[in-house]
Amino acid sequence: MLRYEMICVGAGPAGLAAAIEAAKNGVQVVVFDENDRPGGQLFKQIHKFFGSREHRAKERGFNIGQAFLDQARETGVEVTLNAVVLGIYENGAMNVMIGDQVKQVRAQKIVVATGAAENMVPFPGWTLPGVIGAGAAQTMANIHGIRPGNKILMVGSGNVGIIVGYQMLQAGSRVAAIIDAAPKIGGYAVHAAKVARAGVPFLMSHTIKQAHGKECVTGATVIQVDSSWQPVAGTEKEFEVDTICIAVGLNPTTQLLGMAGCKMTHVPTLGGRIPVHDLDQETTVKGIYVAGDVSGIEEASTAIIEGRIAGLAIAHRLGYMDDGTFRKEREKQSQSMKGLRSGSHGERRAKAKEYLNAIMPAAI
Amino acid sequence: MRIEDHPVLGKFEKGQKVRFSFDGKSLEGFEGEPIAIALRSNGVLIHRYTARRNEPRGVFCAIGRCTDCIMVVNGQPNIRTCVEPLKADMVVETQQGRGPAKESEVSHA
Repeated sequence: MLRYEMICVGAGPAGLAAAIEAAKNGVQVVVFDENDRPGGQLFKQIHKFFGSREHRAKERGFNIGQAFLDQARETGVEVTLNAVVLGIYENGAMNVMIGDQVKQVRAQKIVVATGAAENMVPFPGWTLPGVIGAGAAQTMANIHGIRPGNKILMVGSGNVGIIVGYQMLQAGSRVAAIIDAAPKIGGYAVHAAKVARAGVPFLMSHTIKQAHGKECVTGATVIQVDSSWQPVAGTEKEFEVDTICIAVGLNPTTQLLGMAGCKMTHVPTLGGRIPVHDLDQETTVKGIYVAGDVSGIEEASTAIIEGRIAGLAIAHRLGYMDDGTFRKEREKQSQSMKGLRSGSHGERRAKAKEYLNAIMPAAI
Repeated sequence: MRIEDHPVLGKFEKGQKVRFSFDGKSLEGFEGEPIAIALRSNGVLIHRYTARRNEPRGVFCAIGRCTDCIMVVNGQPNIRTCVEPLKADMVVETQQGRGPAKESEVSHA
């Protein structure tokens, strides 16, 4: 059995940040990722990030991703790709499938940074080829250089819906409309304004009634909803589109944590069922840490800071950092986080995280 | 369907141009890109028909999660084409239901 001081599951922004921070302080780290390239969803983010300069705002996600990979290499972080973690067992034991071989490994500390999956909304016709996740549209256009469709209906006006909507324009597709059952646009106003200026109509208080087509999507019927989310008869609108993108939020990928016995709780603001964790990102199972979307849906920038905190905590617990330095470093990251969890969107998330930290106070 | 010149990303780096077969037709794609992308660039959206209702299915998540895009590749069923890299001369087929059984699964009793 291969033994490591720290194993990180997921080479996205949270996982890489945790690995780099720990390795910088002397921890021996390996990162497993099931994909054939590292970076998680960072390389699909071609828009400029928000926040202050220290959060690398105004930089595009893929540049941040590249910088992370360089840093990981410099600090000696070992990243193993095409490696699927199948299970986490007692005392840090883990099964990982690399290629078609299953290996047993063990770590003193584990960071689960498995991210999130897209939510779906079912409607008649939703299984037709041409109905895709907004993330799928982003992957096709920004990674593989192919237009998902020529004319797109975007369902969901959160940041994902708006940003991917704009990216579809950049890819050369037409966006027929962005619809949302909610009465107000969910995403940041700056992004929404940019898409609106490009001529994309927003239809608020509208939901999708049906996708049309026999073999593939040929159109969609959209209908208005009232204040109790009920469809209003006679308000149907028809769209001729070949692609329908679903952008109705994300849910944390927590299966490994559930299996490891981590206590879970339901926090709607953070995307649903998430692991209870303390200020150091440690779960109720000692030695298992979480960072990024798996610990509550936020953003890449917050995921990076959560990763750093987990990495610092692990370096401290393994004896690579004294109490004083750890407290100081953690405080620095917490302050940086405060800046990101401000404003109307951030404050709700800050409150939700405080609620979690109140359930489980930090160890030191 | 290919994006020739992206306003932010410019040109996309691709592998060598290769030919592969899709349901008996010879198509072109780039080596190393997911099979699903090569198919989409040729206008192919239907990847399989479901076992019970014979309904068409295609790419849905594009990151190997949902398994909606599975096809028969080189005779092997249930290959997630959104993450399986394209290779020259691959034989890709629309999957009917659960696809052809492997020889080891066929009972000769």
